Amino acid sequence: MNLPRYVLRRLLLGIVQVVAAMVAIFFLTDALPGDAAVTTAGDNPDPAVIALLREQLRLDEPAWQRLGSWMSGVLHGDLGESLVGPSPVTEVIGAAIGPTLLLAALTVALLVPVSVLLGMLAANREGSRTDRLITSSTLGLYSAPEFSTAILLVALFAVQLGWFPPTAVGSESLLSNPALLVLPVFVLLLRPVCSLSRLVRAGMVDALRSDYVRHARRLGLRPTRVQVAHALPNAIAPAVQQLARTLDWLLGGVIVVEYVFAVPGLGTTLVEAVSARDLPVVQGLALVFATTTVLINLAADVAARAFAPASEVGR
Amino acid sequence: MRIDRGTTGAGLNRRGFLGLGAATATAAALSGCAGGTGASGPGDPRPGGRLRAAFSGGGADELLDPHTTDLYVEIARAKALFDKLADYGSDMSPQPRLAESWEAADDLATWRITLREATFHDGRPVRADDVLASYARILEPGSTRRAKASLSSIDLPNSRAVDDRTIEFRLTRPYADFPNAMATLGAYIVPEGATNFDRPIGSGPFKFVSFEPGRSFVAARNPEYWEGAPRLDELEIVVTNDESARVNALLGEQVDYAHDLTPTSARTYEDSGRMRIHRLPLSSFHGLVMKTDRPPFDRPELRQAMFHLINREELVRSVLQGSGQIGNDLYGKGYQYYADSLPQRSQDLDRARALIKQAGADGLSIDFDTSDASSGLREAAVAIADQAKQAGLNLNVKQGNEDTYWSDIADSGVLASYRSGALPLESHISQRLLSSSTTNLSHWQRPDFDALFHEAQSTSDEGRRAELYRRMQEELYDQGGFVWWGVSDFVVASAGHIGGIDDRAPANTLNWARFDKVWSG
Repeated sequence: MNLPRYVLRRLLLGIVQVVAAMVAIFFLTDALPGDAAVTTAGDNPDPAVIALLREQLRLDEPAWQRLGSWMSGVLHGDLGESLVGPSPVTEVIGAAIGPTLLLAALTVALLVPVSVLLGMLAANREGSRTDRLITSSTLGLYSAPEFSTAILLVALFAVQLGWFPPTAVGSESLLSNPALLVLPVFVLLLRPVCSLSRLVRAGMVDALRSDYVRHARRLGLRPTRVQVAHALPNAIAPAVQQLARTLDWLLGGVIVVEYVFAVPGLGTTLVEAVSARDLPVVQGLALVFATTTVLINLAADVAARAFAPASEVGR
Repeated sequence: MRIDRGTTGAGLNRRGFLGLGAATATAAALSGCAGGTGASGPGDPRPGGRLRAAFSGGGADELLDPHTTDLYVEIARAKALFDKLADYGSDMSPQPRLAESWEAADDLATWRITLREATFHDGRPVRADDVLASYARILEPGSTRRAKASLSSIDLPNSRAVDDRTIEFRLTRPYADFPNAMATLGAYIVPEGATNFDRPIGSGPFKFVSFEPGRSFVAARNPEYWEGAPRLDELEIVVTNDESARVNALLGEQVDYAHDLTPTSARTYEDSGRMRIHRLPLSSFHGLVMKTDRPPFDRPELRQAMFHLINREELVRSVLQGSGQIGNDLYGKGYQYYADSLPQRSQDLDRARALIKQAGADGLSIDFDTSDASSGLREAAVAIADQAKQAGLNLNVKQGNEDTYWSDIADSGVLASYRSGALPLESHISQRLLSSSTTNLSHWQRPDFDALFHEAQSTSDEGRRAELYRRMQEELYDQGGFVWWGVSDFVVASAGHIGGIDDRAPANTLNWARFDKVWSG
């Protein structure tokens, strides 16, 4: 199959996937106990007030009807209004997307070079002390969940040593004080780097043992050139697909990291919206996350085909 | 995915709801009572500077409309920008604010309010018409504003502005404690015709500068404030829901004031010299609620058994971690009209066992609802279930959904953990203990009790009213559906250079979050 047709087919499939995710998320969130009227009434649950809110927010309509009108709104580019706050969903997302994009972009920008470098270092002399240090520490850190590393790093580097700010509380933007970004990005990088560098290492070890690398060496090419130009492209194909999965996972990590560092991004907004049962906001964010996931995976598969055109990727 | 947002401090839920009520403190002796323990104190009061305070909040859903305040952070912002006619003192008695004085006619159904001379931020005077328009906005049909219930006793069409500084309120019934309604949460005075609060104009100590929901609010000193200009040049309120993030921000000198800390943080940092801990007493009441109209708690003996099987000291020690004091099963310890002459109860397992037997509930298993909707609810339920077991009663602790807990326990179940913020006794009774109450969680519906309350509201004799409140409390003490076992402090912390924080005002009262009285030394 040629590439444009492949991309088109995947895009159509992606739309189906996003719609399915929307429907699933709508009904799952709707199935949570309570609704926006109950959470708005909070600790003062006057039944008359709750009934009035329910009517005003049109929560008394059947679920499929609310989903239907939300979906038809989306087709017209309207994500609806927040049930609890005063703003349209697009504004809520617009206000929160900046910090999340910044964190994600920085993480991805650093992720690939750092992982490749570590993977190559480890594979270069398989079984050496460097290799053992890298493989054991990546395995250890890979097993530590973000929330615990985040809290420990804040306690050490921000509260005790005072090197970095502990939270993003009160800063106008993350860019106004780049030191704010160090700990969150470090935490976000930690696990993806561990998984990716191990894949790069494994791929490199295989590639370095392969016939064509031996052949390249016999031809007298410089070792660096052999590694970078011949071994790496073949080693990296599986890593690229893992990269896509890592990026999906990054979306989850962002929620935790934003929460711990008090970054007002999409993750924090999602947590708020779920506890307020603010379904339009949850749906809007889910749409953003689902679309991103589909596109990232598509990009990764296309990239994998480009790196290893002979492989059977995506058939 | 589910994230633990960290436990919030005494008696409020994760989103920082107000704990069912408003409250305030005496206007006197403000600068004199700056206290706190921990870091070395601030210098003498001095003008200037900026204070940055961290609160938990409601994300992008936060509003600046002072009539729809539901969260602590919303009240803190509203009180920076606006005033009410009255506010609650530290004993929950109403203190005059924009109202200079009030006077009731003999029937207690007509009240004449005299306004003090005050101006809005745009220079217009605060007039009687602004007050009537503000209350009309709160009471308008379809409104779900929090102050609506308290102000609904006002017969607005028959109330009038006598002149620019005098209002005559006609009420639908005699209401001796009507000033409580003027002090109620969210009853702020806005300029007549104000409907858009993107750039709010109020009469409060600070003027609006900027607002980003869920992030930051900035306000500047109002030099014309009727009670004297604030010392600070600028106030910024920032939002983060995670308690440890607020503590870290204070430690990292990113903020000067952190609202709502856990007792654990208070103990950890009290002697660290890195922050000053302020424990605001009488802020949150902890208890449990029994449905008095359903088996098995329709038997008064079983309710009395609950009174006797609880070890209050142990609960204060473990659940409140010492940041509080024991209660005597009645709401409102330390507040106006509280019946402090009743003997303090303590655990008496023999008596509890006898009462359980009398109620025919020996060995009975009863579901006990709780949740993490507010810190300490679940811990208290588990501890009380242990204590009940010693008396031969099996309480099965059932953890409910934290986002909908308050609404769930209103209708279902028979026994639930509960807590309440500060309210005047009158509001506590009218909201929760009358046949007509909207949140009557204990299903306490007694015509004789209702009659005592209505008599108290119909008598202008202060002594007689105090006597009637005492009789209502005796009845509750004897067989009510609430067991208020403790009262916790509300913990806030400040940087060492901050002075003027009132350590005696319960959360939500007049002198809580009074940033116009604070200075940066």
